[in-house]
Formats: sequence, structure tokens, C-alpha cells
Amino acid sequence: MIIKPRKGWQLIDFHELWRYRDLLYFLVVKEIKLRYKQTILGGLWAIIQPFFMMIVFTLFFGNLADVPSDGVPYPIFNYSAMVAWMYFANATTISANSLIMDVSLVSKVYCPRMTIPLAPVLAFLLDFFVAFVILVAMMLWYSIYPGATIALLPVLVMLMVLTAAGIGLVLSALNANYRDIRYTVTFLIQFWMFASPVAYPTSMIPEEYHLIYAINPMAGVIEGLRSVLLGSSAFPTEMVLVSTASSATIFLIGAFYFRRTERYLADVI
Amino acid sequence: MAGIAINTNNISKRYRIGTIEGGYKTFRDAITETITAPLRNFRKLRSLTQFREESEDSAIWAVKDVSFKVSEGEVMGIIGRNGAGKTTLLKLLSRITEPTAGFIEIQGRVSSLLEVGTGFHPELTGRENIFLNGTILGMRKRDIEKKFDEIVAFAEVEKFVDTPVKRFSTGMQVRLAFAVAAHLEPEILLVDEVLAVGDLGFQKKCLGKMKSFGEGGRTVLIVSHNMAQIVNLCNRAILLDAGELVMDGPASDVVDYYVATSGSSIGEVIWPEMDNAPGNEIGRLIAVRIFQENVNGPTAEVDISKDIIVEIEYNNLQEGVWLCSSIILKTVTGIEVLCCANAKGQSTIDDPWYERPRPIGMYKARCCIPGNLLNEGRYSVTAILAIMPSNRPVFHENEVVQFDVHDTGVMRQHYYGDWPGVVRPQLLWKTDYLGQSQM
Repeated sequence: MIIKPRKGWQLIDFHELWRYRDLLYFLVVKEIKLRYKQTILGGLWAIIQPFFMMIVFTLFFGNLADVPSDGVPYPIFNYSAMVAWMYFANATTISANSLIMDVSLVSKVYCPRMTIPLAPVLAFLLDFFVAFVILVAMMLWYSIYPGATIALLPVLVMLMVLTAAGIGLVLSALNANYRDIRYTVTFLIQFWMFASPVAYPTSMIPEEYHLIYAINPMAGVIEGLRSVLLGSSAFPTEMVLVSTASSATIFLIGAFYFRRTERYLADVI
Repeated sequence: MAGIAINTNNISKRYRIGTIEGGYKTFRDAITETITAPLRNFRKLRSLTQFREESEDSAIWAVKDVSFKVSEGEVMGIIGRNGAGKTTLLKLLSRITEPTAGFIEIQGRVSSLLEVGTGFHPELTGRENIFLNGTILGMRKRDIEKKFDEIVAFAEVEKFVDTPVKRFSTGMQVRLAFAVAAHLEPEILLVDEVLAVGDLGFQKKCLGKMKSFGEGGRTVLIVSHNMAQIVNLCNRAILLDAGELVMDGPASDVVDYYVATSGSSIGEVIWPEMDNAPGNEIGRLIAVRIFQENVNGPTAEVDISKDIIVEIEYNNLQEGVWLCSSIILKTVTGIEVLCCANAKGQSTIDDPWYERPRPIGMYKARCCIPGNLLNEGRYSVTAILAIMPSNRPVFHENEVVQFDVHDTGVMRQHYYGDWPGVVRPQLLWKTDYLGQSQM
């Protein structure tokens, strides 16, 4: 092996990540175990958060503001989006702060640093699935049954994870350099939620802007999820394709930027 | 014929150090400063990682043009003063940070121990931490499973494996962390002073493990300030000074050279500028000096039979604090000889300023080490000032000044051989004649 100053941009070293897969596994386990340690409600938090958000949204947007919900009851309309949104918001926030929370992992030992922001992105999937169980229960309650397009669900989940991973990589690397990011993340995520169809349907946006709207990958994810789960509209193929392209671009930029930062990470963090 | 495990070629690492910025001048300046601050901060943060010109004052070479080869199975020590670049060199070798120039060729799997228990989380149990820490250090899950019982036994924490580490004593945490590291099986191991942990028995166990590492044909690089350890464990050593490689050779030769050339020979260290002196807002060190009974002026050469006076001069910057000064005496091989403070029970007479609120000003604390106590050789003084009763340190200057004790013959008389021991006190001897043997 040769160690020398690297120049330019590099992509992910998959070979190395694979060699350290056990590390990634234990980081994910740590993330999950630590999250609800010494809490009373434990894993219930995974449900409480999106569920109460849904209640608040239903009250204010569904009832008071009378926001349309594509013909499905507003609670399930909102909750189906909230499940994905909460995953995205939590995973990116924790991921963005992961490097600066674990400085010794960066400055005292060598391991593929990419595992550090990726671990929370994977760990929050567990919360996602727990919250998803409630979604299934709600679907039964409202007697809403998905059609054949449900087969696309894994694709949408993967798209959601890819987006969170991409944003997590960018923000965690930026955060190591500029601590401003720590304060920006919460703000950015709140802002982002209103740029995504969480509280309102995409149909409220003029048709001709849909594809531009879908540059926000979470728009494609949420709209897609609603379509395959609730059958509220036809599957938004074009939107999902735009979102996928956008998400992949974000991920690539994130990975490149992270790898570039990684070279001097131990010196600046 | 053993191959080359590590080959470094003119390896260099540049860091940028902070430059002092001018203070505010006027109100208008203050406002413009605040407004332009984000831009300035951005430039500053960027500049930490980017270098434009070759000769910049604010850049320092932590490691400069260092080249050496280490053969497989060699145990090599890295020594040098604080800030000589030893740890940076280990960080470069373990890929934690990238070199600015030069390259390193490495044959074999590397594990580095710059810190004991990296990634340990207090909320996780011993078992969980073993797996996490092990994988961080590059082990596979199945390797850890195989060695799990051994690790737990080595750390002597069998009963507590499933207890959160936060309930462990510090000693137990350290033992567990070292046990994980000791069961790594890298071809090359880089260690940075982690052996200075745990109780004596455990340290011995660790040293034994390190030794067997070297004997097992693995390459080991050790950074240490403990010269006895270096001589004991290593067959070769390199000496770094200000980032440059000064000497490379058999461990005992390099240690001798380092000991002979390091430290001040005048028995006095002064900090002329208060801002750069060790300390904080409570107090600042002014000088540390060594005197010899009946000799004017500081000296680094003292007679074995005469009293040695250690003087610590410092500024007290805060009205009404209680301060406590103390010294630690060490041999050059790192053995701690004694530690003594100006406190009740430790001083032969009560220090008038002990446990008394002090007015702001300069103080001079003197400690007398009686003659006929230390052995011949070189000793170092660590000067400490702490706030009482919290015992929070104001400064803690490690091995700040050194002195040599010489026996001019008063004690040796006509014996010239080696005299064992860190101390050489005069003790009371009396032999009685019991009469002729009855047997």
C-alpha cells in the first residue's frame, strides 16, 4: 500500500467499505441502541413523533385551512408523507452532526469515515418501519388497499435512503469544516418540509411546474408513496424519474465532496 | 531475509498555526469587523486546508522530509520532545491524515493505537463496546467472537461484560480498551504512549504483550517519553526534533544522545512574556530555577551531598485565591521519584502562604530537596500550580527543567562501579558483634 498526497476528486472506495462492513453494522447497532437508552417510551418514540405531527397537521391544515387531500382522508394522506418525512428529517440531521459528535473516531484512528454519516441513515430505517406499521393499521382502518403498484414501494424507499445519504454526506463534511451547518440543518429541514408535499398534495401546484418541483427528491418519494399506498393518483412516473436523477446527483456530489474533505478531516475537525 | 514493512520517503506534513489578530480599535472598526466577520472567518477556515505560497509564516512543518525504513519484525521507538512531530508521524503512517509531500510504502495490515478505547461509548455494555471498538480498529466480527473470552479474561472484567461501561471504574475501562487492542493481529502496530495507563500489574502485562508482538515477527512502532520503556522494548529508535529526523540507530545510543542533548543545562527556564507563559487567567509561570546550596545563581550541576533548591516564580492574577505549588521529580528514564506540595504535612515547616487568600502579585515558591537523597544522574522537574481547594491546575509544566547530580567522591569514596537506585540516601547502619560462634 502506498500513502501519498492525493490530488483531485475520488469516488467512494467500495472495496474498503466492504472490508469494513462489520464496522458499519456495529455503528448502526450503536445508533439504534443509544437512541432510546434510558427513555421510558423507548421505541414508541418512532411512532409518537410522526403520529402527533399528523394530528397537528390534520387539525390545522386538514380541518382549519381545509387543504385538499386528493380524495383520501386527510389523516392518512398526511401520515403517509410524515412517515417518510420524519425518516428523512431525523436521518439527515443526525447524519449531518455525526462527524463532529464522534471526533475521536476521525482524529484518533483510521477507518473509512464514510461509515460514520451513513450509519444513522441506515439506523433510522428501523424507526421508519416501526412507524410504517401504524400506517398499515390506518390503511386497514380506512379500508384503503394498495394496488399492483405496491411492488414499487422498495424502489421508493431506496430513493428515500439515497436522498438522505446524499444530503447526510454533504452536510456532515461541510459541518466538519464550517460549524455553521449545525445551526443551519434544523432550519433547512423545516424549510424543506414546506417545499415537499407533506401538508398539501402536489396537485395544488400547477401541472407545468411538477417536474421542476420533483427536483426536490422528497417530492417524488412522497408523491410516489401516496400513489402506491393510497392509490390517490396515478403513479407519477415522470416525477419519480426526475427525483431519482436529482437524488443520484446529490448523492454523487455528496460522495465526491466527502471524499475530498476526508483527506484533511482529521486536521480541521 | 526480512522484507521492508515500512518505507517512508521524504514525508512531510504542513499545518497552519493561528496568527494573532489585532484587537478592536474604535467603535466603527468594531462594527465593520462584525459585519465583515463571516467573510474573514470563511477565508480563515479555508486557509486551514489550502496553502498558496511556499513561504508563509503561519505554516509550520510538523514533519519535514523524514525518511526511514523499518524491516519486518523490527520494534522501533520514536522519541523526541513535545511537539517534535512524533504523533503526527504516527498519524501519517496510520492514514489518519494525509502527508503534504512525500510518500510511504507499507507492506501489511496496519493498526494504530493513538488512544485507548477510541469509540468507546459509556452507555453501551462492555460486550457491545468490545465489538464496536474491535471493528473500529479493523477487526472482523468473527475474529472478535473467536477471541472474545480471551479479551474479557485479559481485561479481568468477566463479571461486568453486560454492564454499561459508564459503571466501570476508569481502570476497568482502560483495561478493557487495551485488551481489545492487544488482541488485534495486525502485521504492523503503531502505538502512541498508551502504555502509561492502568495499575502497575496491568502495565507489566501490557509490556509483556508488546514484547511478544515484536518477538512474533510483527513490526511495532512505539512513541514514548519513557526512555526505560524504549530501551527495554525496542532494538532501534529514531529521534525527531522540530519535525526532522535527527538520529536513527540502536535504541540505547539514540536514547543516550537524546538525554545528553535535551533539556537546559543552565538550570533556569524563564518566560519573559506573560502572554506566552504557561498558565491561565488565574496565574502565569515566570520562571523555574534550580539552585545549589551555597552557590550563587541557578545551576544544572549539583553535588550529591548538597541541598538542591527548586524555585518556581509565578504571577498571581486574581485577588484572593488559594494556590498550591508542587513539584514532581522524575529520572530521565521516566521513573517518578517523588511528588511534593507546599501543603500541610508535606512541608517540614508550614508554608506561610498555604491556604491563605493571596493578593495579586508575584510569588516565589522554593522547595528544598536535601542533599544525600538523590542518586547520581539526571533528574527532571515538573512544576505545578493549582487552585485550592478544587485542585484545578493553573499550570502543569512537564519536565520543565533538568539537573544533573554528581558524586564528587564524598559518597563513593573509592568505589567507581554502577550504583543502582533512583535515590541514594544515607541510612543508619550499625553492626553489633555477637561474640564467637558457638556452633
